[in-house]
Amino acid sequence: MAVIALNRSDKLRWTLADAATVTRRNLIHIMRVPQLLVFSTVQPVMFVLLFTYVFGGAIKASLPPGAKYINFLLPGILIQLTAFSAMNTGIGLAEDATKGLIDRFRSLPMARSAVLAGRTLSDLVRNIFVLLLIYGVGSAIGFRISTDPLQALGAMGVLLLFGFSMSWIGATIGLTLRDPESVQAAGFVWIFPLIFASGLFVPLQTMPKWLQAFAKNQPVSVAGQATRSLLIGGPLGPYLWKTLAWGVGLLLVFIPLAVSRYRRT
Amino acid sequence: MPRRTRSDAIVAENLQKSFGDVRALDGIDITVKEGTVVGLLGPNGAGKTTAVRILTTLLSPDAGRAIVLGHDVTKEPDIVRASIGLTGQFTAVDDNLTGTEFLWMVGRLYHMSTAQARKRGAELLERFGLADAAHRTVKTYSGGMQRRLDLAASLVNHPQILFLDEPTTGLDPQSRVDLWEEIRGLVREGTTLLLTTQYLEEADQLADRINVVDHGQIVAEGTSAQLKRKIGGDHLDLVVGRKVDVQRALEALAPLVSGEPQLNGQSLSLPIVDGAGKLADAVRLLDKVKVKIVDIDVRTPTLDDVFMALTGHAAEEGE
Repeated sequence: MAVIALNRSDKLRWTLADAATVTRRNLIHIMRVPQLLVFSTVQPVMFVLLFTYVFGGAIKASLPPGAKYINFLLPGILIQLTAFSAMNTGIGLAEDATKGLIDRFRSLPMARSAVLAGRTLSDLVRNIFVLLLIYGVGSAIGFRISTDPLQALGAMGVLLLFGFSMSWIGATIGLTLRDPESVQAAGFVWIFPLIFASGLFVPLQTMPKWLQAFAKNQPVSVAGQATRSLLIGGPLGPYLWKTLAWGVGLLLVFIPLAVSRYRRT
Repeated sequence: MPRRTRSDAIVAENLQKSFGDVRALDGIDITVKEGTVVGLLGPNGAGKTTAVRILTTLLSPDAGRAIVLGHDVTKEPDIVRASIGLTGQFTAVDDNLTGTEFLWMVGRLYHMSTAQARKRGAELLERFGLADAAHRTVKTYSGGMQRRLDLAASLVNHPQILFLDEPTTGLDPQSRVDLWEEIRGLVREGTTLLLTTQYLEEADQLADRINVVDHGQIVAEGTSAQLKRKIGGDHLDLVVGRKVDVQRALEALAPLVSGEPQLNGQSLSLPIVDGAGKLADAVRLLDKVKVKIVDIDVRTPTLDDVFMALTGHAAEEGE
């Protein structure tokens, strides 16, 4: 018979070990099915190229004189890919549910949070890879970081924290719908408005006032602004605080929600 | 661990569970003695899987209680989980891991050390004839191999009780027989087994005691032999050549018949004690009155007959 965790420190140790085991399993998946990784990079690469070459000329007019659109765009692209990666979190969990693996995990004496933590953490690792790759693509077509390395690292931190928070929203949706196609369809409904009604791709001041009010404060937009300031300079303080507040707030709401969906009987 | 009576591995009392308007379990009692095999036999939708999900902590009952190895499944789920194994209705293996990686993961999640988990995984792959496929991804396995790996995963922790929910549904006949052999081996080693099935033959082959489940209730309980006895003994099935032979045959066989005959055209079904021993007598009696015999056979009741008699419908049809 397996060991039964009795005291609190054992329990914590096993919670971490369980999450590590599941993370490892998901990372093996990513390595073994590289096409999934390729598909999750195709969309942001397309966005970088389409926005730069199709809309770039038109949008440039509303940027400050001398600003290059690729420098404005790329931080936004990085944030939007972390938001879309939340959909992958949901799809992965929905697949585990339809294959019966969630039931298998639930019948084991493992931590109730481990399957979710393992999924969101492996998606975080995947995000590191995809973010660096898109940064490479952006650099190839003229993107340059104009702040110092410390701020650039800060940008990475913001991107990963924000992506991690969004992953837990995806996890909640994945375990609620339990069907990969539905999760994908739902993803467009909740992610698209956040991506486009934001300052990720275009400057906010060309939007109507009512939309600006939403776009200035919603999480994807403020995280995009914070990332942009950390990478190419500009006002940082309020954006950074709002991003951290949103990130932590979303975690506080969606971790318990996702775990309760997982426990659901 | 608190003391428990040695003999009861599972005690479930008055389990009830509804999903919306559907009453999946309508007050079920199940007792499984240690070291025995109990079968839950019933059609799709009878409530078998719901019962298993409650006993394995995946689902909480609306009412009633379930004690597994002395622990309440709703109050001490982790203790229960640590000492049971579950093979669900649908094979739950991880396509993109190798057999070795999958069992290692399960071992780790049972909180074995890395080395223990690796050793146990290798043992099980060997035992289930998967050693050659140990380093292939599971998606390259055949259906039967995946099911064996699934069963292996539920044995990682040396469970005292194994729950098998329709273990052979969807397998080809050879894989089914192979899996039965594995299951018998486990029982010989002392594993307590709760098995659900919609195959009468499977319950007959594997279970010491059978609970017949229908519409969320246990409609009968007993050994296979007891259940068969419930609906009477052997039957002599006879088909005669001409319409006039029917009455003649009934009169000739009257001394042997032990109950109400059933007639259907030129077919007769006659309850008869010790059918096999009386077959020659029956033929002789029929011959004496010149009845033309088209077909004659002694039939020992099957669990199909039991199910029909208990529930009014066949076991393998209907939702």
